[in-house]
Formats: sequence, C-alpha cells, structure tokens
Amino acid sequence: MRYAMAVDTKKCVGCSDCVVACQTENNVPLGYARDWIVENVAGTYPKVEMEIRSERCNHCENAPCVRCCPTGASHIVEGGIVLVTPEECIGCGACMEACPYDARYPHPDGFVDKCTFCIHRVEKGEDPACVEVCPTHCLYFGDLDDPNSDVSKVVAERKWKVLAPEAGTKPQIFYLI
Amino acid sequence: MKEELIVSGRNIPGVDPHLTLWHWQIPLYLFLGGLAAGLIFFSSLYVIMGKEDKAPTAVKWASFITPIALVIGLAALFLDLRHKLFFWRLYTTIRLESPMSWGAWALLIITPLSFVWSASYLRELVPSWDWKFKWLNDFEAWVIKNRRPFAWLMIVLAVILGIYTGILLSAFNARPLWNTSILGPLFLTSGLSTGAATIMWMSKDHEEKKLFGRIDLLLITIEVFFIIHMFMGFLASSAVQIEAAKLFLGGPFTVPFWTFVMILGLLLPAFLEILEWKGYRIPAAVPAFLVLFGGLMFRLIMVEAGQITRYLY
Repeated sequence: MRYAMAVDTKKCVGCSDCVVACQTENNVPLGYARDWIVENVAGTYPKVEMEIRSERCNHCENAPCVRCCPTGASHIVEGGIVLVTPEECIGCGACMEACPYDARYPHPDGFVDKCTFCIHRVEKGEDPACVEVCPTHCLYFGDLDDPNSDVSKVVAERKWKVLAPEAGTKPQIFYLI
Repeated sequence: MKEELIVSGRNIPGVDPHLTLWHWQIPLYLFLGGLAAGLIFFSSLYVIMGKEDKAPTAVKWASFITPIALVIGLAALFLDLRHKLFFWRLYTTIRLESPMSWGAWALLIITPLSFVWSASYLRELVPSWDWKFKWLNDFEAWVIKNRRPFAWLMIVLAVILGIYTGILLSAFNARPLWNTSILGPLFLTSGLSTGAATIMWMSKDHEEKKLFGRIDLLLITIEVFFIIHMFMGFLASSAVQIEAAKLFLGGPFTVPFWTFVMILGLLLPAFLEILEWKGYRIPAAVPAFLVLFGGLMFRLIMVEAGQITRYLY
C-alpha cells in the first residue's frame, strides 16, 4: 500500500477551499495551516503563465524529517503516511529544519504538527477532507499500488512533476501539468 | 519574471516568510559545546602525553570552565524546546540516523564526566578541600589513579562533541548552506580554537601562553582554509548552494560575516598572535577575546543564514 495524491494544476483555481476544509476537519489553530495555495507566475506580459498548486506535506518515501527526529515522534505508518506523535515530540524543530517544503509548523501547544492525509478518514475508507471538498475535483487521492485507484490512473495518463526532486526525498504528491 | 507566492494567507510564526525557528539558543549551545570540546580535548591531550606540568592551566584550571559551559549550553538547548516537559523522550530511544539523538546521548555522558574530571583537580585548587564522605574520597583517589584511561575516554568524547555541533547542521539537506560535510571539521576546528584561546587567556605561565598562542594560530589557519574551501565547494555546486554562498558574497550577510567572523574573529587575532610570536608584547586577552567573539558570531550567522536558504521550485 502506498498512499499518494495528485493535484491537477490545470484545474485548480486557487479557491482555498481545501485549506479551510483541512483547518476545520483537523482543528488547525488560527493562523496556521497544514495545506496552502501557491501561485507561481512566470514570464513577461503578454506571455505570462500561472500555475496554481494546492500544497501540503509530500509524505516522502525518503523522509528527512523522520530521519532526523531524535525521539522517533516523526514516523511513517503503513501506507507511507508520515505522522507525528505529539506525546513523543519535544518540539526541537529538527524536522522543520529538515523539510525542504516547509510543510510542518510548530503547534502553539508545543509539538510539531503537519498534514496527516486525514488518516482518521482514510482508515474509514473516506477521502481526505481537502479532496472531499475540492469544487473543481482537482485533487486525487488513493493507493499507488492499486492500478485502479483514482490517483494511479491519473498519474499513469497525465504528465506530472514532483516538487524539488533533486532534494532526494521521493515526494508522493504529484502535480499534473 | 518569476514569482511564487502563498496566496491562502499562511503566516505561521517561525516559518513564514522564511524559517526563523532557531534563534540564539542553538548557536549559543553550538558555541559552548565547541568551547567545552576544545577545553576537554587539550586537557586530556596533555594528560595522555604525560606533560601535565607543561600545560597546567589546560589540564587543571581551564577544565573548571567545561562543566559550566556545558550546563549553560544544555540550559539553552532546553529553552529552545517547544514541548519542554517531554524532553525526557530523548532518552527513551537511540536513533543513530538522527545526529540530535546521539548528540543528546553524548551530552548525557560527557556532562557528568566533565564534573568528575574538574572535581578531581579541586584539591589542587583548594588544598584544604575535603570531600567529607569516605566513598567520595575513595572515588577521587580512584579517578586520580586512572587519570590516563579517563583522559582517553574524554578525548574521544570531546572530538564527538565538537564535530557533532557541525554535523547537527550539515545533516539538514533542506538547508543548502548547512548541507556540506565540511561543517563538522570546521566547527570542530573552531571549537578547538576557542578552547585554545581560553587556555591562553587564563594561563599565568609564560611558556604555556606562548604554546597555546601557537596552537591557536595553527587552528585559525586551518579554519580559514576550511571556510575558503566551503565557499569553493558551494560555488562549484548546484544552484541552491550557489545562492547560499551569495548570501555571504554580496548578499545580506556579507558585512557581518566578513567583519565579525573573518576579520575580527580570525585574521586580526591571528595577526596579533604572529606579532606576539615575533616578540611584541600583546596582552593575551585581546586575541583570546576576539577568537571567542568570532566563534560565537560565526555560529549565530551560520544558523540564521542557513534557515533562509532552501530549495527553490
């Protein structure tokens, strides 16, 4: 099992619904975010291109945050989801320094927090909150090892990229381009 | 033009617009850890060589600074933690992949040992000192008897402690300024240099002052070589590391780095130590203070600048 997500940058309009859904679903404290929208504008008028991405933890296969965690609070569970156990986290910040995507944040209660792929929903067979609410259906979630899952199909059909592949982290969020 | 913006209103303290998670606590610890490593290294080195009388300050008096430096450093590390009450979780596991884990374990071993080391010299500082309990006096006698094997253990731990301060940072692949393996040897050399400078400052023995002035001069030379080497490596590396080097070569850290670290912290004390070698009278406190100041500034600048550097996509 290998959970992954695909984000269709051609369909995303940057409405931030995924961000709000996540904050509501996961009780994310005010001002913080487990996912966010990036607008990348390149070129000179009239040849301007914009790419909109809904970003979150990449649940890397080679996760540097897990590697450098001194207590084992950062860990990978079945399905490749990277999680933090608050009761084991000392809040040293090593994982945040180690993340090339700045996907983690220091929770006001002291521990480090991040996207969980809504594991509590996924375990029940539901989609993560962000995927569920997306009005343009630009987010795909599923098991990469299952060739019939939404994410496997779309990753097989479309051209995609991952963020900072040169960091060697083997990210599992695919951006369809 | 290329512009990349987070448009969903993310403004997380310590993360946005760029990482400022580690403040003064980590650099202060890196400095004190390096200083302690340097002091332990020279103290054990002269015991192992059997030349305690040649370097009495290094072996005896300077070693009293070590536990103080380590305790202040540990306090700084503790202050840096955001989930403080869970700090004991560090000691419920050993994670060899995580430099912070084995660094924490090394500190747990070296801190009490540095207290024992200093305490075993207390009688020479205060001749009338008595440990009150027989078992403490027996333990002291046992330590003094086994000074050499103890020194061997301490010198190994000192190198681990000193090199760890650099490896802690170099293990972060996400921060291109830190992600160079030369940082370990560089921080170790810098730590040894601050240790040598402290001994030079404290020593009342003219020969010993001279000896540690020369040792420090050698260490500064190695350090300057490592720093040049580090920048050469960055400039010959990938875009993110070229960007990292540019912070110091025209970017916002150019003035603080070259003024406080390179000139005031390395070249000027080296120059003063050369003058002293040539026979001019230079108070040892001046180059020693500059080396210590430069060592602290180096770590403050490296930690702050490193957090700005990142992968671009």
